[in-house]
Amino acid sequence: MKPAAFTYHRARSVAAAVGLLNDLGDDAKIIAGGQSLVAMMNFRLARPEHLIDIGRVPGLDHIRRDGAALRIGALVTHHAVETADLGTDFAVVSDAMRWIGHLPIRTRGTVGGSLAHADATAEWCLLAVLLDAEIVAEGSGGRRTIPAGEFFQGVFTTALEPDELIVEVVFPRPAPRAALTEYAERRGDFATVAAAVDLDAPRVVLGGVATVPLRVPSAEAVLMTDGPRIPAGEAAAAAIDPRDEPGVSAHYRRALTRTLVERACEEAAAR
Amino acid sequence: MTPEPHLRRDGAWVGASVPRREDPRLLAGRGRFVDDIVLPGMLHAQFVRSTAAHARITAVDLSEVRAVPGVVAAFSAEDLDLDDITAELDRPAHEFVPTSMPVLARDRVRYVGEPIAIVIARDPYAVEDGLEAAVVEYEELEPVVSDTAALAEGAPLVHDNAPANTLVDVSLFATEGIDDVFAEADCVVRIRTKTGRQNALPLETRGVVADWDDRDEQLRVQTCTQVPHQVRTVLSRCTGLQERQVRVTVPDMGGGFGQKCVVGREEIAAAAAALRLRRPVKWIEDRRDALTAAFLAREQRYDVRAAFDAEGRILAIDADVVCDMGAYSCYPFTAGIEPLMASAEMPGVYKLPAYRVRGRAVTTNKAPTAPYRGVSRPQYVMVVERLMERAARELGMDPVEIRRRNVITVFPYTGINNITYDPGSYRESLDLCEQVLRDEGWYDVRGSADRVIGIGYACFSERTGYGSGAFAQRKMSVVPGFDISEVRMDTSGALVVTTGTMSHGQSHETTMAQIVADRLGVPIDRIRIQQGDTDRITYGWGSFASRSITIGGSAVAAASRKLGDQLREIAAHLLEADVDNTELDGESGVRLRDAPDRRLSFIEIADVAYLRAHLLPKNVGPGLTATASFDVGGDGTFSNATHGVVVELDRGTGGVEILRYVCVEDCGVAIHPQVVEGQCRGGIAQGIAGALFEQVTYDDAGQPLCPSFMEYKVPTAAEIPDVEIHHLETPSAFTESGAKGAGEGGTIGAPAAVLNAVNDALRSTGVELDDTPIARETVHRALEAGS
Ligand SMILES: Cc1cc2nc3c(=O)[nH]c(=O)nc-3n(C[C@H](O)[C@H](O)[C@H](O)COP(=O)(O)OP(=O)(O)OC[C@H]3O[C@@H](n4cnc5c(N)ncnc54)[C@H](O)[C@@H]3O)c2cc1C
Repeated sequence: MKPAAFTYHRARSVAAAVGLLNDLGDDAKIIAGGQSLVAMMNFRLARPEHLIDIGRVPGLDHIRRDGAALRIGALVTHHAVETADLGTDFAVVSDAMRWIGHLPIRTRGTVGGSLAHADATAEWCLLAVLLDAEIVAEGSGGRRTIPAGEFFQGVFTTALEPDELIVEVVFPRPAPRAALTEYAERRGDFATVAAAVDLDAPRVVLGGVATVPLRVPSAEAVLMTDGPRIPAGEAAAAAIDPRDEPGVSAHYRRALTRTLVERACEEAAAR
Repeated sequence: MTPEPHLRRDGAWVGASVPRREDPRLLAGRGRFVDDIVLPGMLHAQFVRSTAAHARITAVDLSEVRAVPGVVAAFSAEDLDLDDITAELDRPAHEFVPTSMPVLARDRVRYVGEPIAIVIARDPYAVEDGLEAAVVEYEELEPVVSDTAALAEGAPLVHDNAPANTLVDVSLFATEGIDDVFAEADCVVRIRTKTGRQNALPLETRGVVADWDDRDEQLRVQTCTQVPHQVRTVLSRCTGLQERQVRVTVPDMGGGFGQKCVVGREEIAAAAAALRLRRPVKWIEDRRDALTAAFLAREQRYDVRAAFDAEGRILAIDADVVCDMGAYSCYPFTAGIEPLMASAEMPGVYKLPAYRVRGRAVTTNKAPTAPYRGVSRPQYVMVVERLMERAARELGMDPVEIRRRNVITVFPYTGINNITYDPGSYRESLDLCEQVLRDEGWYDVRGSADRVIGIGYACFSERTGYGSGAFAQRKMSVVPGFDISEVRMDTSGALVVTTGTMSHGQSHETTMAQIVADRLGVPIDRIRIQQGDTDRITYGWGSFASRSITIGGSAVAAASRKLGDQLREIAAHLLEADVDNTELDGESGVRLRDAPDRRLSFIEIADVAYLRAHLLPKNVGPGLTATASFDVGGDGTFSNATHGVVVELDRGTGGVEILRYVCVEDCGVAIHPQVVEGQCRGGIAQGIAGALFEQVTYDDAGQPLCPSFMEYKVPTAAEIPDVEIHHLETPSAFTESGAKGAGEGGTIGAPAAVLNAVNDALRSTGVELDDTPIARETVHRALEAGS
């Protein structure tokens, strides 16, 4: 469990990181908190020839209100968000952090890393879709903003170009009546199923049931007309098409979906 | 039996929870574990491991490996030419088939992860580069990946010498007329269960540092093992070295739980490589190897029937036990360890009139198994406790009451299994455990309509400290049992005490010293416990099977007593008194009984014994040392406990939460109650792990599916509840200080108690679950169907 040899580069600015990505091409990888990448390198499932460490790039560690919006820099850690006071507008974001791994992981893992890694059950990915986030990326072509709805494209696959870096995520609208909840056998595990709802938008997003965080329009329609809880859970369970897997049948995953959407609705309504 | 004994001790060391001697260094990060050892010029080793579950090896080509920058050497089986490791039982061929476990696989591999070659490099990174360059060609054979596949008609053979893939097949008991008992019984219940394969999972993985010392003509092996002398014996046999040419020492250890009480192939191979290269070699098992290629345990299948009369008295048990032992027998215990334990001890705490059992060990293409804390007892206790609860349900009885009617209350009791049980507090522990849960109101909570809550129990005993006789009865050809201790006093009146046991986290440096302190009247900070060094300690059997305090502690006590006699004899001579008129004064000295102010301190006596030997009595030689050995006589001594658990189930997810855990334990005299509680808590955590979380799984091709903690779900502190522990004390007559073993009970009771609690919570659904780990989906389905 030792990584293959690589060359280490420390980037001092976003531009420098983009420059390195450009120069080094496919053989290079960004490293932020290292909480996903290093594990894969230790198993030699990832073997980048070059690592570009953005950990000390200035200007990527802000948590800031900007009018109605909330802006979070790519290098902000899960723990920093967990302990920040985001007010009732974005309590759903700080509350969701406790579901991410364990404390040591949260003190190193970053928002940008989670979004770029794009695990379909990752809390940040669910939140991004739930709250219609905009992911701000910078590459050799300059800065651009990618709506969360277009960002996640498949298993660990995003709309980022090879020379692009996430610099910030923007949550444009407050979500005072939103919640994220999930189920796993152990604390800190990636969720078997995760559910996030925003009663006002309304939005229902599921993790663990598809290759990307999944919006469920039929459940959202129920929230629009019927109000919260049970029918939304039913609708979400009916809308998904999971596979049978060892230990988790499709039937069970549907049941978890129903339960968790209901519970997320209850939590959101209680805020 | 005395309640809460340690609350009223009076000046004695035994029974006091003194600060642990180990703590200052361990808590400050100054412990020294194998991986902390760095020797000049030290190289790093890892293993080329089989990627096939079952195959003939047609070629091993290491030439590319040797060309990788940083790689110093690479050896295959052919290069090292070591003898195989073979563990034997004294049983006829129809009962036992031995396996030859090569240190490195030669022509055949039998599980994914089996070591084929050792690669040695300048650093741990280059080693892994080297591993990637190895070329092994396989001719794949059909793998056998379950016990049922192993026993199936026409199954491929894992070992050509083991027909039907059966390594052990013993029928230890068959009471005459047992079939009639079943035919005539008022109530017959049956449990069929399968328990998951588990990893004992010491936090510290296995590891070794070995180097050859020219001056001592010795291969020095520093390894984290529970059994240093057995490592020396096997290493000497595999390499042809004399045992005096091998010195095994053991640094601090981060757990073992049985995984390190057998001799590992990797530690032998790494030491042999150091011998060949004449350079220090370190091997530290990484977590992936620890999860896939280390010794595993616990995968068993039971089909058991029990007969009861209308009053709930048990009449008979008829059991069939199949243990999936994986690819090889471990040394020294063999694949017999699990089936023999289950067969011999299953009746447990109950008065059982008729018993029939067949125990088998089958071999499969999975990583081999070793004893793991509790060895079969977590499983058969679970089965027997399920039988009790199921019978109670059929008979409309209270599940605690049915146990009350069956537990042994008059001791000594000789069971149908020819074992004589020494006094314990079976009934008392059961009563107290139930009382605690009742007093706390859990039975009311259980009745609340809107929650799904269950209460479950496990009542069991555990033989601790198996003597030579007990192991010989199981027909082991290598029979652990005794322990030898030497106590040496120096001129400052301080003591060095050797023990053949091997603390791997159990605080022996503290508890053994407490025993010596009381025997000689010396404070524990003047006593050093010496363990884990084959040069300094006479052949010992290490630590496993809760033997350390019972056997090792008794040897230490006996040697201390002997030294005390010697001190008195010298003092009597110097004071010109009769020996019978002398006694240890409890303050590092000897005094006269009839004139207590006439005394000699140990320092004064030692002064004579070493520096002015001409003053010694004629019949006493110079120096102050005493050696004694101890073996447990008869059937030894049984600890016991009752565990009570309250669980709540989540209708929406099938989730299982433990709301309350109460353990009432009796390990005789607790040398150090806090250490006992630590053993209980740790054991219970591992038992809960088995009941609810951990399982090593393989796919149909025999590929392991749990290479990391993502897949192998060891529970964390968040999943393990607080445990309330109550102590009862029934002193043992078999051991020097009245102690019984306390190492395994937690692990033994927890699976049964948790499973019973879950089934109690499911009582309205009509569904009963018997397999572990309990799948949450199964719980959910039961609740869904029942609502
Ligand atoms: C035991 C454990 C449990 C975990 N549990 C959870 C969990 O429950 N939920 C969860 O969401 N996560 C979990 N994680 C993952 C954790 O949240 C990671 O921190 C996160 O996935 C990645 O963030 P990072 O900063 O560590 O990224 P890194 O590991 O450094 O990088 C991850 C990937 O993102 C890329 N990358 C990083 N930063 C950027 C950037 N700014 N722009 C473009 N690409 C970038 C890297 O090149 C790499 O491909 C767990 C991790 C562990 C070890």
